[in-house]
Amino acid sequence: MKVEQRATEGRTKTVLSDKDTLLKLYREMLLIRRFEEKTAEMYQAAKIGGFCHLNIGEEATIVGTISALQPKDYVYSTYREHGHALAKGIDARAVMAELFGKETGTSHGRGGSMHLFSQEHRFYGGYAIVGQALPIACGSGYAINYQGTNEVVMSIFGDGATNIGAFHEALNVAKLWHLPIVFVCVNNLYGMGTAVSRASAVTEIWKKACAYDMTGERVDGMDVLAVRRISDQLVAQAREHHEPSLLECVTYRYRGHSMSDPDTYRGKDEIKEWQTRDAILSLGEHMKKEKMLTDDEIQQIDEEVTAQVEDAVKFADESPDPDPKDLYRNVYADEVAS
Amino acid sequence: MAVLAMRDALNQALREEMKRDASVFLLGEDIGLYDGSFKVTRGLMKEFGEKRVLDTPIAEEIIIGTAIGAAMSGLRPVAEMMTVNFIMVAMDQVVNAAAHIRYMFGGGTKVPLVIRTPGGGGHQLGAQHSHSHENWFAHVPGLKVVAPGTPADAKGMLKSAIRDDNPVMFIENEGTYAVKGEVPDGEHLVPLDKNEVKRPGEHITICAHSRMLIVAMDAAAELEKEGISAEIVDMRALRPLDMAPVIESVKKTSRLITVEEGWRSYGVGAEIASRVYEEAFDYLDAPVARIGAAEVPAPYNKKLEKIVFPGKADVIVTAKALLGKN
Ligand SMILES: Cc1ncc(C[n+]2csc(CCOP(=O)(O)OP(=O)(O)O)c2C)c(N)n1
Repeated sequence: MKVEQRATEGRTKTVLSDKDTLLKLYREMLLIRRFEEKTAEMYQAAKIGGFCHLNIGEEATIVGTISALQPKDYVYSTYREHGHALAKGIDARAVMAELFGKETGTSHGRGGSMHLFSQEHRFYGGYAIVGQALPIACGSGYAINYQGTNEVVMSIFGDGATNIGAFHEALNVAKLWHLPIVFVCVNNLYGMGTAVSRASAVTEIWKKACAYDMTGERVDGMDVLAVRRISDQLVAQAREHHEPSLLECVTYRYRGHSMSDPDTYRGKDEIKEWQTRDAILSLGEHMKKEKMLTDDEIQQIDEEVTAQVEDAVKFADESPDPDPKDLYRNVYADEVAS
Repeated sequence: MAVLAMRDALNQALREEMKRDASVFLLGEDIGLYDGSFKVTRGLMKEFGEKRVLDTPIAEEIIIGTAIGAAMSGLRPVAEMMTVNFIMVAMDQVVNAAAHIRYMFGGGTKVPLVIRTPGGGGHQLGAQHSHSHENWFAHVPGLKVVAPGTPADAKGMLKSAIRDDNPVMFIENEGTYAVKGEVPDGEHLVPLDKNEVKRPGEHITICAHSRMLIVAMDAAAELEKEGISAEIVDMRALRPLDMAPVIESVKKTSRLITVEEGWRSYGVGAEIASRVYEEAFDYLDAPVARIGAAEVPAPYNKKLEKIVFPGKADVIVTAKALLGKN
């Protein structure tokens, strides 16, 4: 599928050519890829339970958007959020430990794959209910305005979520109240087994911004530089002018909806076709052509990232389970009896 | 009689009712092309076409709203909510609309609608995917609420629910879909307002529904070995709540345990206990014991989760304690 982008690219001023930035993007995407491959393995080995949704294939969208943020900016995500958490700077150890259900995990083993969280990283959660986090993200946007600070909120969700009422309620008030939010729709063309064309009257999700007189953009979500450029622009628009926007990144998940999805509704050819446009390989090729990266360096980055993931697994495996005596801890802020 | 898994018994009920009555149609997320996320609707789109098996967007409020309007307009919709957790998004439609429309319009219309929805925990799915909310719905006049625990009842009650002229909350449990049992072929109707004794006993009464019925039956088998004879009352009809078999049983055994998968506070067991105190207080030899989930949002960690949801051991320990046999 060829992604028709909106003809607004020319407006972006950011030039993405310095080697350090590109290397950082490359490394982050590869970390997510290797982390998720390991996650699949650990799920099959029953070290990880519950539902488990991977980000493989969507790395450019994740890294391209989140890398445009500052550390104090907020990210709200969904149940498909391991990569988002890593991109926001959460230690791979803490993420893997959460998937293992351990006390050292981001949510102390209480949340699991679908409910990562880090106050420190302003990663304000993975939520397992489709569309649920968008109104909550508006609350952070409101707090920013209220407190007169200048952070930005990024609210990330799938194409399926844009058909639910909460999406429309959130976009409406974000525009009405000038909330500094970038709504990022990760359009991977499917909501579980249902293709976007069977679920949404408007398949070009960016157009839904029109209903709220909001900036709407569409970008090739397999091209990390394109995603980053447009994200820089929309983040600046949120930060400087307190204007929300909707960014649609068209991308693809290489695996099924979750680890338990047999993925019978998509053709093998379709998956293969998307893989020929793999974001990580493309950026590697681009950097090689620009003489910023050699095959040896690619190999070396891979080894480093792989070692980081191995270390995370070891850490998770060796970490303790939560203590049963703490079962009732945190039901309330003040530890009253339930 | 065939031996069927719960999901296949439900599938059979849907198929038979769709064949019998052209006004029956199904709607929900991924119920057609994908065959349903728990495969209850497997093959039905192929057999009946896209008009009668409608794949919807992920939009619970529109699913229930559409179902209500269609029901008021001559159809008999069966809406699937992928899990009970997601029906929260549509609570306004369920409670403020489906349950109340007939009454507030002075009986001018009816809402023959079935909402099928699985719930339950124990699969490490965390706080947003693990709970049982039967009591939320059973609290509301205007809804009928049922929660079968055997494949035969699942088939018979779903067929009755589809033919019923009221909105029926048909509560399933993810942990029961693969459970097998004998299911009568063809026309098999189980009333929506009758609970029944699933296992006769002498010493103690245990009330349970849905997956907890299975847990209670297992516990009873174990208790039997220790000389304790438990009578199990299946509470498949939660609203209207059929208390007759419970009262009768308590008059015989004088001791009662209620078991539910949801939280105990304000729960199904609380209601049953109150009714027993009102109607059979003099027969009780001990306070009613209520078993439910620990009062925390479900944790992901497997060991913690095990502590949270009630199991066979909880029933056994409680039964022995009530009988002074620990
Ligand atoms: C309110 C609600 N309804 C249904 C579900 C079940 N569900 C989980 S993910 C999903 C598909 C979501 O698709 P999309 O928004 O496109 O995101 P993607 O999974 O493709 O990243 C569904 C139907 C849910 N979690 N919450």
